[in-house]
Amino acid sequence: MEKTLKKYFPVFVLPTLIAFSFSFLIPFIQGVYLSFCNFTTVGNAKWVGLSNYKLAFSAGEGFGRAFLFTAAFTLVAVVTINVLAFLVALLLTRKLRGTNFFRTVFFMPNLIGGIVLGYTWQQMINAVLHQHGVTIVSDPTYGFIGLVLLMNWQMVGYMMIIYIAGLQNVPGELIEAAQIDGATAMQTLFRVKIPMVMPSITICIFLTLSNSFKLFDQNLALTAGAPMKKTQMLALNIYDTFYGKNGYQGVGQAKAVVFFVIVAAIVVAQLLVTRRKEVEQ
Amino acid sequence: MKRKIVSLALAAALSMTLLAGCGKADGDKNAGTDTNDQNEDTTKPSEEGNAEGSVYYMNFKPEVDAIWQDIAKAYTTETGVPVKVVTAASGQYEATLRTEIAGTNAPTLFQINGPVGYESWKDYCLDLSDTDIYENLSDQSLAVTGEDGGVYGIPYTVEAYGIIYNNAIMDKYFALDGAVVKSTDEINSYDTLKAVVEDMTAKKAELGIEGVFASTSLLPGEDWRWQTHLANLPIYYEYKDKGVGDLAEIEFTYAENYKNVLDLYMDNSVSEKGLLGSVDVATSMAEFALGQCAMVQNGNWGWSQISEVSGNTVKAEDVKFMPIYFGVDDENQGLCIGTENFWSINSQASEENIKATKDFLTWLTTSDEGKGFMSKSTDEGGLGNAAPFTTFTEEERSSDPLAVEMYKWMESGKTSVSWNFTSFPSQTFKDNFGNALLEYANGNMSWDEVEAYVIEQWAAEKAAAAPQ
Repeated sequence: MEKTLKKYFPVFVLPTLIAFSFSFLIPFIQGVYLSFCNFTTVGNAKWVGLSNYKLAFSAGEGFGRAFLFTAAFTLVAVVTINVLAFLVALLLTRKLRGTNFFRTVFFMPNLIGGIVLGYTWQQMINAVLHQHGVTIVSDPTYGFIGLVLLMNWQMVGYMMIIYIAGLQNVPGELIEAAQIDGATAMQTLFRVKIPMVMPSITICIFLTLSNSFKLFDQNLALTAGAPMKKTQMLALNIYDTFYGKNGYQGVGQAKAVVFFVIVAAIVVAQLLVTRRKEVEQ
Repeated sequence: MKRKIVSLALAAALSMTLLAGCGKADGDKNAGTDTNDQNEDTTKPSEEGNAEGSVYYMNFKPEVDAIWQDIAKAYTTETGVPVKVVTAASGQYEATLRTEIAGTNAPTLFQINGPVGYESWKDYCLDLSDTDIYENLSDQSLAVTGEDGGVYGIPYTVEAYGIIYNNAIMDKYFALDGAVVKSTDEINSYDTLKAVVEDMTAKKAELGIEGVFASTSLLPGEDWRWQTHLANLPIYYEYKDKGVGDLAEIEFTYAENYKNVLDLYMDNSVSEKGLLGSVDVATSMAEFALGQCAMVQNGNWGWSQISEVSGNTVKAEDVKFMPIYFGVDDENQGLCIGTENFWSINSQASEENIKATKDFLTWLTTSDEGKGFMSKSTDEGGLGNAAPFTTFTEEERSSDPLAVEMYKWMESGKTSVSWNFTSFPSQTFKDNFGNALLEYANGNMSWDEVEAYVIEQWAAEKAAAAPQ
């Protein structure tokens, strides 16, 4: 078996490899190359060396500020989304009536596009804030809370499904044994269930972390960075650089490369840490 | 053994799907060309048209997309040359163009917004100095020219903006006891305008309006009427004082006048100041159309937005323009008239396509049918353009009520304010300006801070836009 697989490995991997190179590898390499160029469209690039990177980190670009806002948002979003999703998953694995219906309902927001959600929530949040004579762009705190609410609403259902799958795979014997040994519900949860669903937690934290860090549509639609770019996240900052200034496409591209490195570093670190906590069944 | 079969089957299924995926795409493509071939067989002219090249126009204005599609059809029917029109979503023109022009079937005709836009697209702009449309331009100085003296952008419309007012509501006010003035002719300076507006606000219950001005839309992305159009006035006067057409650094000499006008808009508006961050342009145009306010700052393109609102109470004959009285040279100041719509031809398109595109533009500006499309008002299926070409006679001028007003003001002997915002440093500058205005409206920034910020941003963005 092993031998045959090894023999046919190139045949099986080739179609995927071709697709992968065309849709990912080549554009990625071209993207890195463009970050060292001055260009209007990808066809007419001129090599300029490191100057794009120097400009990307200059004070007026607000890259650092966007990074801090993104980091703060990611921290809050990852914690709230995962805690909420896990609680809902616990509730919906209790064999209540209508469990499937609730699971579907909680999952549905995930099927709506980010831009639509952003505008919808902007209207809803403004409708509430109007009664106090303010709008979501009056204060960056509102924008921050709005983004957290929106992301929770959208992501909790998805993470819930993953947690449900994890919880259903916890062996019944283990829980039964814990109960016979006199463990309380809390002890069963923290000592048995959570260690057993660690693989799900790894995946969920990975998904929420990378999605929150790379958030764009929702940010653009909800506040577009207003007021004064105080709610501008990294992806939106890159977009604004790319399209907002003449001759700054290369700088936007340089920022995008830096952005990639940051996201990759954070995500790899997270995977290493949570992987270590996983237990073999 | 069983597992082996299963995994082999899975692997096979996977590669089949991939192959099938590719195969299907190919099949579709073939099917597509097949039908095209058939079309060309049945309609001979279009095949000949293909040999002569084709036109691909990247349209800037979503509101006239349907009309452009009609124009494309009419031209193809008449000449057999295929015309494709694609409209970019509002605010996405530059982004869409950037993607499209890099592709294989790039647009042959696109739009730039003036000298700053030319700077960004100069690698793609063809010299148009030998074309008919440049020959026919009524004022050749309106065209965008490069450092080498070539002509790279031809304006296809002239537009005006100012304060649009609803004459029916104004007449109602003039009939009231104790009205400050008795006719709109007497409103001829910032001070009178302010007195009238404030008096109208005090009597808004009697007038049946919710505010004198439509809400100042400060929602991010919807603030161009203030950070671009209104901001043109202080810059116009500053350039005029200094006798220049562009500055690396501004003093914002007329910041106080700008603030006065903006305050007048915001303090006498339909919406509370704190809520302006949630208002978009469509909302404020709807307020005007529904008769909830008497005035709104916008341009002649706004007529279609007014007339299309359902439940619209404003009659065409009641829609009038007055200049944005700025308190500097009110006696002589007219409307702000200019353009930021210039046609450019893609210099990297093929010879045949360039020729087809030039012919298309000639047809549009010289043939009766083309001119009809250009100048008829949007209600009648035209673009409503006030086309600045000598080929248009007086009768062929746009019949939009606001365009009619524009001609009236142009001929009134007042000095039109030119559009200097085409020299604004960048979109980022405008967005930052708008952000600062929002903070000012929300009370988070004082006017002095806004003023300092605008001066600083202008210098920073001008420096950033300078060739590296």
